[in-house]
Amino acid sequence: MLDAIPAPLVQVEDLKMHFPIYSGIFRRHSGDVKAVDGVSFEIMAGQTLGLVGESGCGKSTVGRAILRLYEPTAGRVLIDGEDVARMAPEALRRKRPSMQMVFQDPQASLNPRMTLADIVSEPLDEHTDWTRDRKLERVYELMDQVGLNRRFVNRFPHEFSGGQRQRIGIARALALHPRFIVCDEPIAALDVSIQAQVVNLLEDLQERLGLTYLFISHDLSMVRHLAQRVAVMYLGRIAELSPAKDLYARPLHPYSEALLSAVNEPDPVLAARRKRIILKGEVPSPANPPPGCNFCTRCPKVMDICKTVKPALLEVEAGRMVACHLHTAAGATGASEAEERKRPVNQQGETR
Amino acid sequence: MSDSGAPPRPASQLRDIWHQFRTHKGALFGLITLGVLIAAVLIGPWLWLPEKLSVAEAIKLKNQGPSLRFPLGTDQLGRDMLARMLLAGRVSLAVGLVAMVIAIVFGTFIGILAGYFRRLDGALMRLTDMFLALPLIPLLLVMVMLFRDRVAALIGPELGAFTLIVFAIGITSWMATARIVRGEVLTLKEREYVLAARSIGARPRRIILRHILPNVVSPVMVAATLGVAEAIITESVLSFLGLGFPPDFPTWGRLLFDGLQYMQVYPERVVWPGLAISLTVLSVNYIGDGLRDALDPRIRGR
Repeated sequence: MLDAIPAPLVQVEDLKMHFPIYSGIFRRHSGDVKAVDGVSFEIMAGQTLGLVGESGCGKSTVGRAILRLYEPTAGRVLIDGEDVARMAPEALRRKRPSMQMVFQDPQASLNPRMTLADIVSEPLDEHTDWTRDRKLERVYELMDQVGLNRRFVNRFPHEFSGGQRQRIGIARALALHPRFIVCDEPIAALDVSIQAQVVNLLEDLQERLGLTYLFISHDLSMVRHLAQRVAVMYLGRIAELSPAKDLYARPLHPYSEALLSAVNEPDPVLAARRKRIILKGEVPSPANPPPGCNFCTRCPKVMDICKTVKPALLEVEAGRMVACHLHTAAGATGASEAEERKRPVNQQGETR
Repeated sequence: MSDSGAPPRPASQLRDIWHQFRTHKGALFGLITLGVLIAAVLIGPWLWLPEKLSVAEAIKLKNQGPSLRFPLGTDQLGRDMLARMLLAGRVSLAVGLVAMVIAIVFGTFIGILAGYFRRLDGALMRLTDMFLALPLIPLLLVMVMLFRDRVAALIGPELGAFTLIVFAIGITSWMATARIVRGEVLTLKEREYVLAARSIGARPRRIILRHILPNVVSPVMVAATLGVAEAIITESVLSFLGLGFPPDFPTWGRLLFDGLQYMQVYPERVVWPGLAISLTVLSVNYIGDGLRDALDPRIRGR
């Protein structure tokens, strides 16, 4: 969208979110669920980063930790150059308007006892001292933007369909002119026919308002449609971070490969020919991940090194980052480069 | 709703709430009954003036059944039961409602603080446990014993007794509400709409008032309606034990206990106060039920 190289609006550096486990009669701190364990990425202004992965891999936790709905254990989250992860409460409150969230379950994210007008104007109540009329004007404007009839202004959430509810959620997120929106599986709870509408609405809004999205989803085809870059997460870590078209054309990480092989193919001829990679075994517990690569217990291409050394997320091709020993050791880009890359990998392995 | 014209402005919900409340037959019945009871005890003593009897006449007229002269009969001292019932209702209704309000407000306050702020949870819940563990009647007795004379000296014996009893009942019956509310708040604060409010940057006070409090209304209503009955009964227990209102000062509970020893011979002596207490409790219950439905937009419908 921009002519010059866009500056990153959101930079996440080594974000960790560990939830402590207390056990025994003395409630001793006996371990951590490493829901997010060292995630780094950047999102350019006006672009969309897709975040995909299976259930429980920490996608939503990343989204919530970025907006500091959870207190991150470690790491930095720079939004527009300010570290949200360490901000003082009052500064954070003033920062909130620039970063908003669209939630997964539109039913659960709207207070059943508030009318549409109350819900959408809540952010305005918090951050502006406008008069009622001015707030109402803004509410109408937002309703027009997300395609809700102005007549619905006095209705309660239970009187809307799922898609309409999600539109209310989006209107609420837009109320304060945010620059960055985390969409936490905004379409997962909707019917397929409605999903497209909501995704198109999100795209429209991005174009008109220059929004930046972190689009969390397990629907790979939607992510392909929306996102310029896609991060594949597995068990709290990023397995691969690539431009969307490269990832879908030729996934590098074995997990991305397996994940993409699960995408439904609408053409029955192609569908009959497609090879599905079916992963065996269970996802390891995030409280006790394997010492090596998190994926080594299920990887079809597992090597010895995978079981002992955690691979770092490295750029193996232009714009493509992969955390896999296959691509750092063998290397598609030449032996000498691969040799150079090996060193940080080993250091990583030793420090862990 | 017309299709054209200016979009509607946000309307007050009071009309919708009243509209739904009216559709609840029991609630309407309860409201009317309670209204009649309150009106009767407020203006009744001015309208029904019992005839002045000498002591000798009164002794002769003791334990009468209902008649035109004494619509509800007379008690063991020949006093007119209707007049006593009306006077007693003032105190009983006031004690029941005020003690309930104190208990509910206090219990909800403690419950929300404990549920919402994890830091306060342990301390406040232990306090609640402590109050629950205290034996209620002895505690009330000690409180009344210790403070009755002092409060009475300050604001007069009757008002003093009233204040003390209401306060004593209020602060010894908030625990159940606090526990219920805390549990409810714990689940509510993990809801996505609370998370959404936090992501907007809403302050805890706003979140509590806007998102949590309206959603704990139902359990609070139930606790409140049960609380009224309990307060009326507790007051009568206190009066029975001689530590409530002065013995010649009628309350429904007191009339009930006075009538108890004559129940075999003159059952109506127990029936009248019992009926009054039951009617009050029942109507408050139904009002609470109707109010709960009316306040929930999902049930209210359109």
